[in-house]
Amino acid sequence: MLIVVLSGFLFAFLTLLSGKLVRNSLSWFPALLPLALFIYFMSYIPVVAAGPVRFHYPWVTSMGVDLDFKLDGLAMLFSLLITGIGTCIFVYASYYLKGNKYLDRFFCYLSIFMAAMLGMVLADNLIILFIFWELTSISSYFLIGFNNEEKKSRRNALMALTITGAGGFLLMAGFILIGSISGTYSINSLIASGGSLQQHALYGWMILFIFAGAFTKSAQFPFHFWLPGAMVAPTPVSAYLHSATMVKAGIYLLARFTPILGHTTSWSTTLIIVGGITMLYSAFHSLQRIDLKEILAYSTIAALGTLVFLLGIGTSNALLAAAVFILVHALYKAALFMVAGILDHETGTRNIGMLRGLKKVMWPVALAGMLAAFSSAGIPLTFGFIGKELIYESTFHAPYIAVILTLIALFTNILILYAGFQAGIRPFTGKLSGVHQHLHIPSFRLWLPPLLLALLGVVLGIWPSLVDGPLIRPVYTALGETTILSPLLLWHGFNWVVVLSIVTIIAGCLLYYLFVPSRSYIPLTDKWLHLSPEALTVRLGRAFIHFSNRYTNLFHNGFLRSYVSVIIVFITCLLAMKLITGVDVHFDIKTNISDIRSYDIVIFLIIIAAIWKSISTSSRINAVASLSVVGYCICLLFVIYSAPDLAMTQFTIDTLTVVLFVLVLFRLPPFLKINDRRVILRDSVIATAFGLLIAIIALEVMNEPTTKDISKFYSENAYLLAKGKNVVNVMLVDFRGFDTLVEITVLTIAALGVYSLMKLRVSSTTKE
Amino acid sequence: MELLLLILVGVLYATGIFMMLRRSMVKLLIGLILLGNGANMLIFLLGGITRGKPPIIGDADKVLTGIYADPVPQSLILTAIVISFGLQSFAIVLLKRVHALIQTDDLNDLNTPDTSI
Repeated sequence: MLIVVLSGFLFAFLTLLSGKLVRNSLSWFPALLPLALFIYFMSYIPVVAAGPVRFHYPWVTSMGVDLDFKLDGLAMLFSLLITGIGTCIFVYASYYLKGNKYLDRFFCYLSIFMAAMLGMVLADNLIILFIFWELTSISSYFLIGFNNEEKKSRRNALMALTITGAGGFLLMAGFILIGSISGTYSINSLIASGGSLQQHALYGWMILFIFAGAFTKSAQFPFHFWLPGAMVAPTPVSAYLHSATMVKAGIYLLARFTPILGHTTSWSTTLIIVGGITMLYSAFHSLQRIDLKEILAYSTIAALGTLVFLLGIGTSNALLAAAVFILVHALYKAALFMVAGILDHETGTRNIGMLRGLKKVMWPVALAGMLAAFSSAGIPLTFGFIGKELIYESTFHAPYIAVILTLIALFTNILILYAGFQAGIRPFTGKLSGVHQHLHIPSFRLWLPPLLLALLGVVLGIWPSLVDGPLIRPVYTALGETTILSPLLLWHGFNWVVVLSIVTIIAGCLLYYLFVPSRSYIPLTDKWLHLSPEALTVRLGRAFIHFSNRYTNLFHNGFLRSYVSVIIVFITCLLAMKLITGVDVHFDIKTNISDIRSYDIVIFLIIIAAIWKSISTSSRINAVASLSVVGYCICLLFVIYSAPDLAMTQFTIDTLTVVLFVLVLFRLPPFLKINDRRVILRDSVIATAFGLLIAIIALEVMNEPTTKDISKFYSENAYLLAKGKNVVNVMLVDFRGFDTLVEITVLTIAALGVYSLMKLRVSSTTKE
Repeated sequence: MELLLLILVGVLYATGIFMMLRRSMVKLLIGLILLGNGANMLIFLLGGITRGKPPIIGDADKVLTGIYADPVPQSLILTAIVISFGLQSFAIVLLKRVHALIQTDDLNDLNTPDTSI
């Protein structure tokens, strides 16, 4: 199983090496990968119908993250959709993008996406699920932005990534919350412990985070707007990602968590409200569009809303309806998208006003389009009919507000039918336009995939038992349902549900014949545009960039002194707080004071005076001279307090520094005369506070007893082991010889730097 | 005497930081040097000071005996003095180079933050 999940990634790597072959003669070759996977998953159908299959590969066991995969009904349905429709898309794309110079890259992204999708639906561990979830977002970013030379393409790809990425971020929070509360990341254990999380005090947060992930990914209101934008992607991508698979990831997530978190009032109410709004909003919007792909995009959002809505109703009927509708929708919507892609590819336009009568010149495409449109309309003898019946069944028998729910479903279904007819029937009926006379049937690689999917929709409509037992029931079981429902049937007998279906079809057809789609309706809603979620998101994005700019410039402003003061103030406050609250500041006069001689005081006073002079003088030479006085006095202190080596070093170094300073400063202008009293006052407060703090800390340290073990070791062994009488010297050149070697290296580097800076000749014109 | 040294350390640190907050590059350097001296004195003070007993083994002895100054902080400071000399000399020459290029001592003229995104 691990190989199956990772094969897409391996394959993507392979296309990097053999890109030229994929671009030219072997463009059909990548389609073998999803086909092989499809056959592999098909072989598991009988096994999975009996019960889920589980795979375990240890990974980071200590953190509870293992590569656990579970193939149950839900995962099986999605795996088959991903690989089956994937095969169609791979074949279709190999011709659709023929001659594209980045075809290999396209297949690379596409197979990464497929692998990520498979990993996501198969994962039985929340963290693994999350990793694959993010991978789908990332790979879809590259696919949406595939035409990367267009600004709009890049912008919309970024928008999609932003929205789904933000959702993913919250989803991670949700997973961690669930994992830390229940103590396990394994989905299987979570289901087994079923129902315990619903009573937890943080249940509201859990579902909030899960919803955030699911709604962004599945384009639910108010996060729906990235999906129409994502239609800038090449049509195979729209068909694959944005109708059949990726946008259903959110649905998958909700379905997966139904047994764990579902069946509560807040869960159902939220899903019904959000799903309902999405259905109505997007169904209504699809009326205003005249671009084929946009119409399909909005009807996809409506269908996704329907799925969320069904999961929200949450009765056995509704869950069964959701399981069936996932399959129904994937079949007809992918087919319709591919048909739209063919029309675009052949005629160069997607404007439904300009496409007419094309069945005369490309009948297989017309057949595919019409069959798919019938399935989307729910005409009897198609699988869509069964799906629609189940939807009405579940709204009609919903435990509350059944009438309102049914009306919402009715309205949406009418508009989905309308959208399906606009995309699948209108371009093929009527009188063929003159400019399209010369068209002919395109390559079978274009029309066969949608035709297959559309035909499958009809076959399953006539013989629903083909998928009922093997595929749909395991999904139903995986959702945690045990009630036995009647099998899927073509004809349930005459009842209210059938009446609703008939009303849908009649109303939809009337709408299709009477309503003239036009852009002229757009201005009606345009005046609300500045309040739309999309506009708000864009504004939020701008505000964020603006804020980041301000924030960065506040802290990273290029002024060294402001960095220094921020750091110093922060450290001072932190340590001062600790000192005030935690440490008893005291000093013991008797132990801390050794005798003060008169020359100590003299030296001390000289140093203080020299320091004062060096900071207050306005002459650089004076400042440097005072510095040297400070240095020499410290040198004297070293002499008095038993450090002859230090004294010698300090003396030498101080002399050298002064010489160097004077040599260099000779040419510099005098100090700037900047006397802002407020700045000086502020800086002196900061500096004084810091100096005081250091002094207090030093005092505290002096109170602590120290051990002298290390000194003792060196003192005793300096002569015995190293034959030297000056202990400090012996330490530096013998015991710690390597450190000294490194130190010399550092000095050498500094010397090289100094030398080259002195020698380097840069004229002032090259300063840019 | 420790109290006097303590005050000295505090003053060196305070003046070092104060000078580092100034706009002039030369003053920044002076601040660095003062701060370096402060750090050395801090280590020296915390290691414990002893008057007139350098850690040198007498001609007749083989080990240090009696009261003697601690050699460990001394060797640390010695290293620190030398390294800070490397830093200071590099900074001084860099300063000269910067001045040769832009003819100013004002750090504000060197400012190139990422304001123009």
